[in-house]
Amino acid sequence: MNATGMDVINNSILTLILLLPLAGALVVMLVPERGKLLNWIALTTALTTFVLTLHLPAHFDKTQSGFQFVVNRLWLEKPAIYYHLGVDGLSLWLVVLVGLLAPIGVVASWNAIQSRRKIFYALFLVQQTAMLGVFLSLDLMLYYGFWELSLVPMAILIAMYGRKNGPKAALKFFLFTFIPSAPLLVAMLWLYAKTGSFDFAMVQMWIASGALPAGALSWVALAFLFAFAVKVPVFPLHGWVADTFSEAPVALAMVVAGKLGLYSMLRFHIGLFPAQARAVAPILIGLAVIGILYGACLALVQRDFWRLMAFAALSHLSLITLGIYGLTLTGWEGAVYQILNHGVVDGALFLLLGLLYDRYATSQIIAYGGLATKLPRMATLFVIASLAMIGLPMIGGFIGEFMILLGTFTGVSKGWAMAATLGVILGAAYMLWLVQRIFFGPESELATSKSPEDLRRGQMAMLWPLAVLMVVMGVAPMMWLQTIQTGAHPPPQSMTISYHVEGQR
Amino acid sequence: MNSVPDIFRILPEVVLTLTGVAVMLLDAALPPKCARWPLGWVAATGTTFALWASIFQLSLPTGTGFSGTIESSAFTVFFHVLICGIVLVTLLLSLDTLPEDSHHQGEFYALIVFGAVGMCLLTGAVELLLVFIALEISSIATYILVGYRKQTVRGPEAAIKYFLLGSFATGFLLYGIALIFGATGTTQIYEIARAVPTAQNHALIVTGLGLMLVGILFKVSAAPFHVWTPDVYEGAPTPVVALISTAPKAAAFALLLRVLYEMLPTLRPVWSPLLWVVAVLSMTVGNLAALRQTNVKRMLAYSSIAHAGYLLAAFAGLDSSGILAASFYIAAYAAMNVGIFAVITLASGYDEKRRKIEDFRGLIYRSPLLGGLLIFFLLSLVGVPFVGSGFVGKFISFSAAMSGGAIWLVIIGLLNSGLAAAYYLRLALVAAQRPENASAEAHAPQAGVAVSAALLMAAAATLVLGIVPNSVLRAAENGAHTLQTPPAEISVPMNADVTPQP
Repeated sequence: MNATGMDVINNSILTLILLLPLAGALVVMLVPERGKLLNWIALTTALTTFVLTLHLPAHFDKTQSGFQFVVNRLWLEKPAIYYHLGVDGLSLWLVVLVGLLAPIGVVASWNAIQSRRKIFYALFLVQQTAMLGVFLSLDLMLYYGFWELSLVPMAILIAMYGRKNGPKAALKFFLFTFIPSAPLLVAMLWLYAKTGSFDFAMVQMWIASGALPAGALSWVALAFLFAFAVKVPVFPLHGWVADTFSEAPVALAMVVAGKLGLYSMLRFHIGLFPAQARAVAPILIGLAVIGILYGACLALVQRDFWRLMAFAALSHLSLITLGIYGLTLTGWEGAVYQILNHGVVDGALFLLLGLLYDRYATSQIIAYGGLATKLPRMATLFVIASLAMIGLPMIGGFIGEFMILLGTFTGVSKGWAMAATLGVILGAAYMLWLVQRIFFGPESELATSKSPEDLRRGQMAMLWPLAVLMVVMGVAPMMWLQTIQTGAHPPPQSMTISYHVEGQR
Repeated sequence: MNSVPDIFRILPEVVLTLTGVAVMLLDAALPPKCARWPLGWVAATGTTFALWASIFQLSLPTGTGFSGTIESSAFTVFFHVLICGIVLVTLLLSLDTLPEDSHHQGEFYALIVFGAVGMCLLTGAVELLLVFIALEISSIATYILVGYRKQTVRGPEAAIKYFLLGSFATGFLLYGIALIFGATGTTQIYEIARAVPTAQNHALIVTGLGLMLVGILFKVSAAPFHVWTPDVYEGAPTPVVALISTAPKAAAFALLLRVLYEMLPTLRPVWSPLLWVVAVLSMTVGNLAALRQTNVKRMLAYSSIAHAGYLLAAFAGLDSSGILAASFYIAAYAAMNVGIFAVITLASGYDEKRRKIEDFRGLIYRSPLLGGLLIFFLLSLVGVPFVGSGFVGKFISFSAAMSGGAIWLVIIGLLNSGLAAAYYLRLALVAAQRPENASAEAHAPQAGVAVSAALLMAAAATLVLGIVPNSVLRAAENGAHTLQTPPAEISVPMNADVTPQP
């Protein structure tokens, strides 16, 4: 292909990625609800979007830092909002991750969602657009729009497709995530009133220049942090997680956790307010370590595997938060890498548990037992994913966890690092115990009463690549870390501390 | 002073009046057995001409006519186009939904058009007596329209309630005008603006302003002058609600902008806190009450009170940004509100057999188009980004309030819009749920040509205002500039003292 053709693609790729799921949603709304047609349209859309997101790493210039594939057009004239999209090392792989999880979500819903599929797939695809928009937007207002947009389909889907208490869980989710975004918008409007711009780079420069009143800025930074911390969630703002995870359709539980909030912390909290972030970092480190241990302990005692996964997620996401607010480069890179890992591993685990739930219609762990002989394929994949979750060396989570802990150990304090490591050990305990109780041991009554089929070919075709991916991510992290490193640099001309003095404490 | 013939300054009003008169005469001339629906098309055609006439006024230089009593400018054209658009959609909506045998159809169409005359006149009037006359023309027409369904219990009750309270509120307005005349010796808005800074009796002007505000805030159904709204909306025919919940409010907001920003900008320290309180009250009262409603029209009545609150938040914005935000918001709100009432007219039928929220269960299955549009307009009212005009409207309004330094107003407003999502989404969810007894109520509303056109226009306007609003924003901004800019000492934007350093 000639150079100009490539330019055209590079200039429009982000718009394409962003709008394709939306177009898919429209098509889904228009076609009749007959046979599996809707499912196939949704799957095709999701897969095509995924292929398009792969264009980004293929043509990303790793030698440069800063944003690439940038689109910047005026959307609203007054107040000036730009349709400003771009990716850098920080967001690049997260966009791909969202793309990857979408088809898995469709597969996970293939049989689980039987009624009102039209609304389900349409909203699911809208949710995709919203999440991609969050990762791609470089205009604060555009970002906020997508951030808000990502809440609505989620809440509606939980309300409509919840397992037992859908509407209640949806209301909880909505209130927990919507109320903090009110101060977020106020903070953004305040920044606009002061700087006259919503542009990420412009606002960043304004704040770095020190022209804005420091007292008000710390409140603004706090409003940003609050919204993100609820979404992650950071202890003690995790009240919505357990209910949401146990009610949400599998496809959504996979996509809801962590990514948006963690990325936003890196980009919009630390990226915009480095000084204020440094001021609150010790508190967040403490909360993160509490979250790691608290989540792990609660996961140990859960009887319902959705709730177990919810608290496991709290524990893992707190670990990533620790990596972010350790404010070390190693920690940041580890954090971004761990978001990817967690996304893939959690996606696989949720898909498997969802398939299990489809077959036995209960999420009580105690009802299961000895499934390994009946469902050998599922058991194999579940064990692989669990090991990746635990952070066994050479597979999945190990590298990221190690980098986060290393960053904490050298850059923050040995005590916190040790406490966090304890949480990782607890993580191994609850995951392995879960595997043992579901797949091994004597066959339970439920297991003997039903003998459902093992994984189908289509599901295997989804899951084995994921398993391979986990191993590759454990063995060859540099494929990803190289790109991430270009994005995880300290914000320009802002920090008074040097990020390279790790280990001098 | 200017060479523009006076008649051009009131061209849309003239066209509308002629249309109304033509409809009345035709109604009388036609034999009693003859169907009256062609009269609706006559009215709709006339309104379209009035819309063109408004746009033609853009080519005129800004100025006044008839000895400085009426103005035509970008500001008035913005509101004229909006009002004519709303009236057109309402007429199309009524065409298909008024039952064939209903009485006085001709008068119905004529009254809508006459009401539009008053509303258009109100946006252009720069003389307080003309303001009063225009307000009365529009009000009397709407009082009658509200009571159009004489056979029902609620119809006349709503009309009488609206008439009594409305006349009372107009009385307040007139009293306020009298006091301001007493203090300044004139009723011409520009001259009052010139006279106020040097006027002796400050207290008299402030009292006059307060009384005028009561009258105007009643018309926009802002709390605590909102009590009539739910009853009137419930009793009036739904197409009429689509009209009165938007067009007279647009006109009244135009008047409010003119009174506050053009006539009494120097009293900003007085009216700004007042409107702050009214805005917060309207949002909170409207949303809290809407949460408890089971009747869809009552729920939307309270929602319209809340929207008046969001709109009043824009008045915290300084100079042109506040005017721009308020003008845009009323257009954004009108588009989605007319749309949702159009959907409800069709879904609940003229006799309103299905008026509870529960009655909308499974609408999307009975009629995918109508259900889809209902959900679309509801999401737009919630303010979901990129879905409809609601988000952009709220964003611009709150942004203006923020630039005026009203942080708490913005916070309360945002929390309120979160609260509002609960009742809008409840209706949306009900409409999306499969009805339990599918065959029991298989009523699938049929949309005729006129109604389809009305729905299409409302949906298109909502989409355009939500996704590519720049042209409308520019029109609103031009309008904002033609309202006299306030004196320099209070028009300094907050960020003017901060110079970019990076």
